[in-house]
Amino acid sequence: MNDSGLLDGFANALTPPHLLFAAIGVLLGTAIGVLPGIGPAMAVALLLPVTYAFEPTGAFIMFAGIYFGAMFGGSTTSILLNTPGESASVMAAVEGNPMAKQGRGAQALATAAIGHFVGGMVGVTGLVLVAPLIASVAVDIGAPDYFAIMVLAFVAVTGVLGASRVRGFAALVLGLTIGLVGLDPISGQPRMTFGVPQLADGIDVVIVAVGLFAVGEALWVAAHLRRKPQEVIPVGRPWLSRDDVRRAWKPWLRGPFIGFTFGSIPAGGAEMSTFMAYVTERRLSKNRKNFGKGAIEGLAAPESAASASSAGTLATMLTLGLPTTAIAAIMLAAFQQFGIQPGPLLFEREPSLVWTLIASLFIGLVLLLALNLPLAPMWAKLLRVPRPYLYAGILFFACVGAYAVSGSPVDLVVLLVIGAIGFLMRRFGLPVLPAIIGVILGPDAELQLRRALQIADGDVTTLVSTPLSITVYVVIALLFVIPLVLRRRRAAPEPEREDELV
Amino acid sequence: MTTGTEETTRSWWSEHAELGVAALLGAVGVLVAVDTVAEGTLTAGSDSDPIGPGVVPLVLSAALLVLAALLTLDVLRGGHGEAEAGEDVDLDTPMDLRTVGMLAGVLIATAALIPVLGWPIAGTVLFAGAAYALGSRRLEIDLAVAATVSLVTWVVFDGLLGVDLPGGPLMGMLG
Repeated sequence: MNDSGLLDGFANALTPPHLLFAAIGVLLGTAIGVLPGIGPAMAVALLLPVTYAFEPTGAFIMFAGIYFGAMFGGSTTSILLNTPGESASVMAAVEGNPMAKQGRGAQALATAAIGHFVGGMVGVTGLVLVAPLIASVAVDIGAPDYFAIMVLAFVAVTGVLGASRVRGFAALVLGLTIGLVGLDPISGQPRMTFGVPQLADGIDVVIVAVGLFAVGEALWVAAHLRRKPQEVIPVGRPWLSRDDVRRAWKPWLRGPFIGFTFGSIPAGGAEMSTFMAYVTERRLSKNRKNFGKGAIEGLAAPESAASASSAGTLATMLTLGLPTTAIAAIMLAAFQQFGIQPGPLLFEREPSLVWTLIASLFIGLVLLLALNLPLAPMWAKLLRVPRPYLYAGILFFACVGAYAVSGSPVDLVVLLVIGAIGFLMRRFGLPVLPAIIGVILGPDAELQLRRALQIADGDVTTLVSTPLSITVYVVIALLFVIPLVLRRRRAAPEPEREDELV
Repeated sequence: MTTGTEETTRSWWSEHAELGVAALLGAVGVLVAVDTVAEGTLTAGSDSDPIGPGVVPLVLSAALLVLAALLTLDVLRGGHGEAEAGEDVDLDTPMDLRTVGMLAGVLIATAALIPVLGWPIAGTVLFAGAAYALGSRRLEIDLAVAATVSLVTWVVFDGLLGVDLPGGPLMGMLG
């Protein structure tokens, strides 16, 4: 049954308009990944208002292309500049930049490009195999289970990532509070609107996302703009010698399994995936002393893990409606704007959309490989964009996106206020991801909570009445307890991960 | 590049600027509680909606107050959040709040100009103004780039993509 679904998907994805969307997506994504200061989540948020005019399938094909393209673009920057823009490409800088400095930039870019291709292929295959399975199991889960899973997402995203839990939870609760603004969907009661009519509809997710990501980032960079341009390592057309391939093919194939797994669970994301893939390669390697000095194995595995983690993230988002990364959260918001609810029923209700999207991921990966190998020197030139123009452009398109939501100049002021919050969060080390997950998932979580209590006539024990919900709460409790126990046991403080690696 | 003297003459308050974040969290917490009580949201529940629209805001309000307290404790004990790094971010320089203020001003001006002058002109002001604030000093080139970006965006978004952006009097004259 799945096979025919996927075949239909390919038939649909190979039509000219969908191919065009896929191509635009991967090109735009790569450019966005290469450019500093702008990430895939911001890009999709900026494009949201524009895509209302499109049919949803085309829009999501483009979004997915941006996601995968940005993964590759981010590592290009890391390799050639040694200052990773996204946490996911930190590992690419560790081995890729030394390679580039030794004059092996072309090989490093090829290793990354092929790694992303292999990782993406394995990851999307995993998505094809696993997603319908999860969906069929998850069809029976009810409101209490959903509420439990959402609480897990909040806690995991907040508690596992980032250095400080207090700051993580502060960001989460701020996001949840922003999500409150507007008329309560069940009772129609205004909340946090302060009598301002424009606030009755709530603050649009697009404005929150664009404000936190684009305006917050632009203001933050403006406050600390590097005045001396950084040195970009010049690079030619990527290629690999037979010896390079001999060393890289196993890491390419190992990375995706780590990446897909960590990408699909909350708090995994590409950051954890690439880190675990790197550590694994270092453990397995016979010449460990080469690591940190341009070991191709240490670049191949994290790169393939990164793209595979994107597939894992998509699997969780599509089957459970649960975003584990910022871009997945924005894509979830996009689905909701189109009136489509991702979740176990998505595969039954929108089979054409889902399978076309998945098929187009395969096509997008092929396009990425075909475009990125020859275009790499051109992407490298993007790094020389004058910074005033780059950040002026980001602000410009942020305003276009925010204005397009409802055609109201007041929204630009709201955008600036949320941008200021984003600025302060960056200044004081409050992570942005929990906040955006809170804004997007919060209203849904409240709805599930109240629906569960409604069905049970207000009996609170309904929240822990199913095996799944009990299991999830146990996991949440463990997430709280384990780090505390570990901290107690560890008498001597262990060096920070990053310190150890750099 | 921070100099040693700047480091030592920093006052206690600027060392503990994060207390402001805690204060902000607390203030939002109080605001949510006051709003919930004042609007009568708490009593708006019904048989079909047992906890009503007021309980979740109250829980969040309590959480905000607790987090504000915890953060205060953490800061007083010497904890501090790490400022975010990035490709174009140089954390060794002191914060350039003048640029940030200018950018905020440009955004406000844009919001005010859109209804009067339309997107092509307001967008040009936005792009050129932001580029100037960020240190670009090639005025003619900046203006040309800004006008091109703004006009092309308007044509593509308003004309091709069906996103409604006002053309303003200038575009009105052209057609």
